[in-house]
Amino acid sequence: MSGKAKYFTALRGRESGREYPLDEVRYVCEFDFGPLEVKYDYDAIKAVLTRELIQSRPPNMWRYKELLPIEGPVTVGEQTGFTPLTKADRLAERLGVTGELWIKNDTVNYPTLSFKDRVVSVALTRSLEFGYDTVACASTGNLANSVAANAASVGLKCYVFIPQDLEPSKILGSQVFGAHVVPIDGPYDKVNRLSSEIADKYKWAFANVNLRPYYAEGSKTMGFEIAEQLGWRVPDNVVVPMAGGSLIGKIEKAFNEFKKLGLIDDRHTKIYGAQAEGCGPIVEAVKNGTDLIRPVETPNTIVKSLAIGNPADGYYAARGIQDSGGYAENPTDPETVAGIQMLAECEGVFAETAGGVTVAATKRLLESGKLDPAECTVLCITGNGLKTKECLEGQFTTHHAIAPSLKAFDVLYDEIHGTSQDKGKVGEPALT
Amino acid sequence: MAITVLIPTPLRSLTSEQDSVEATGATIGEIFEDLENKHPGIGERLCDESGEIRRFVNVYLNQEDIRFIDGKNTAVADGDEVSIVPAIAGG
Ligand SMILES: Cc1ncc(COP(=O)(O)O)c(C=O)c1O
Repeated sequence: MSGKAKYFTALRGRESGREYPLDEVRYVCEFDFGPLEVKYDYDAIKAVLTRELIQSRPPNMWRYKELLPIEGPVTVGEQTGFTPLTKADRLAERLGVTGELWIKNDTVNYPTLSFKDRVVSVALTRSLEFGYDTVACASTGNLANSVAANAASVGLKCYVFIPQDLEPSKILGSQVFGAHVVPIDGPYDKVNRLSSEIADKYKWAFANVNLRPYYAEGSKTMGFEIAEQLGWRVPDNVVVPMAGGSLIGKIEKAFNEFKKLGLIDDRHTKIYGAQAEGCGPIVEAVKNGTDLIRPVETPNTIVKSLAIGNPADGYYAARGIQDSGGYAENPTDPETVAGIQMLAECEGVFAETAGGVTVAATKRLLESGKLDPAECTVLCITGNGLKTKECLEGQFTTHHAIAPSLKAFDVLYDEIHGTSQDKGKVGEPALT
Repeated sequence: MAITVLIPTPLRSLTSEQDSVEATGATIGEIFEDLENKHPGIGERLCDESGEIRRFVNVYLNQEDIRFIDGKNTAVADGDEVSIVPAIAGG
C-alpha cells in the first residue's frame, strides 16, 4: 500500500451486503434502509497489529487505530479512552458474586465523562476528513456534551438537539462549550426524526445520523480495552446499558475482532443488557424470546440517557444477547437509585442513572440465576453521576451547620450516634 | 386527496431528487401504492416481499409514528404530511 495505510475499504449494508464507496457520506443502505457497517481488511490488519505494538502505544483508545475507520491522523479526542478497569471486590461481596467482578469505569472518560467520547472522537475526526465545518447530533444528553466539547476543541460549529426535559447538568454541559442547544418538545424519538430531516436539508455532519457508521465503531474500544486490561482475555459475562442498542453490539464485535486477529484465544462471553423499566423495549423483546422490538411511545423513567423508545439497533442487540446465551433486565427507578448508591458506597465510583440501571440489572440477574456468580463478570459503567445528581435528592441527611467548636461537634456526634459515651480513646477512632 | 410525502436522501434517486412529492390515497398503504405508480421502484424500498413495512423504515403521519396509530391502514386526510425516515442511532 502506498501513502497512508488504510485498513478499511468500503461501507457495506448489514442486511443487503451491498457495498458503497468511502468517498461519499452515506448512512443507510439505499435498498432496504438497513445500517451500513465499515468493511475492514482483516488480513492487512493481522499482518501489523500485535499485542506488543498495542502495548507500546499511549494509553488511549487510539492504540487500536487500525481497527478504527479514519484515514489520516487523529485530530479529535486524541486522549480519549483507556479508562480504569477495576476489580470490584466489595461490590462483589454485596451482590453475592464469588467469581471476579470488574468495573469498566467510563465515568472518568475524557473529555466529558461518558463513553460517548469514544464514538465522538471517531465521528468528528472523520467529519474533518470529509471537510465539514459544522457538526451536530440528536442526543439524550451525553452525546450532546461530547459533540459540543470536542467540536469546541477544533473550532467546529455545533448544534445539538435534545428532548426538552433533560437534566440541567446535561443541558449546561453542552451550552458551556458554545454549542447551539435546541430543546425539542417531545421524547427522544421525535428528536431523532427531526434530526434526520434536518440532516437531509442542512449539510452538516450529524454524529449519529449521517456519520453513524463511523460513530458506532468508536464503541468497540470499550471492548478492546476490557480484553487487554483483563490480560488479553475476555470475561465470561459483560453487562451493558442499552439505549439505541449500538454499544452492546460493538462490545461483542470488539471481542470477535480480537479473536479473529489472534489477540485473544477464546471468545465465549455471554452478553447481558440493561434498560429501565419505564423504557425497556429491548429487554422486553429478550424476555419474550423475540427480536421484534415493540417501540415505547412515551418513556417514563429517571434514566433519561437510555430513554429511547424506538432503538435503531434494538433488533441486533436483542439477537446478540440471545445468541450469546445472555439475558436482559429492566429494573425500576428506585432500584436504579439503590444501584447508584451501592456502587458509590462499595467502590467509590459515582455513576449516572445508566450506571445505576446496570448495577441494579446485575443484581436481578444474579437473583434469578441468569448470571452465574462464580464466573468473571464486567459491568460497563458508562456515565458520570455528577450529571444526574437530582435523582438522589432526598436520599441523604444533611447535617445542620455547627459552631466551629469541639463542644458543638460533641453534641452533633451524640445526635448522630444517639449516645454520649464511647467516643473512643484518644488516638483510636471510634467505631461506628 | 393530496398528501405531501417527505422523501429522505436515500430515496431521492427515485423521485428525480425531489425532497417532497404529492400522493393520493385514503390510507398509508394506498399512498405507498400511488408512490410506486408515480416513482417505480420506491415500493420495494419501503415494504418487503410480504408487503410489510421494512424493519428499518419509519413512517410518520403528521409527526406521529404510524406504528402507534394503525400501521399501513392508518387513515390519511387532505393536507396531511407523511414523512419517511430511516432509523438512526441513539445518543
Ligand atoms: C451513559 C450512557 N450509557 C449507555 C448508552 C447507550 O448507548 P447505545 O445508544 O449505544 O445503546 C448511552 C446512550 O445515550 C448513554 O448516554
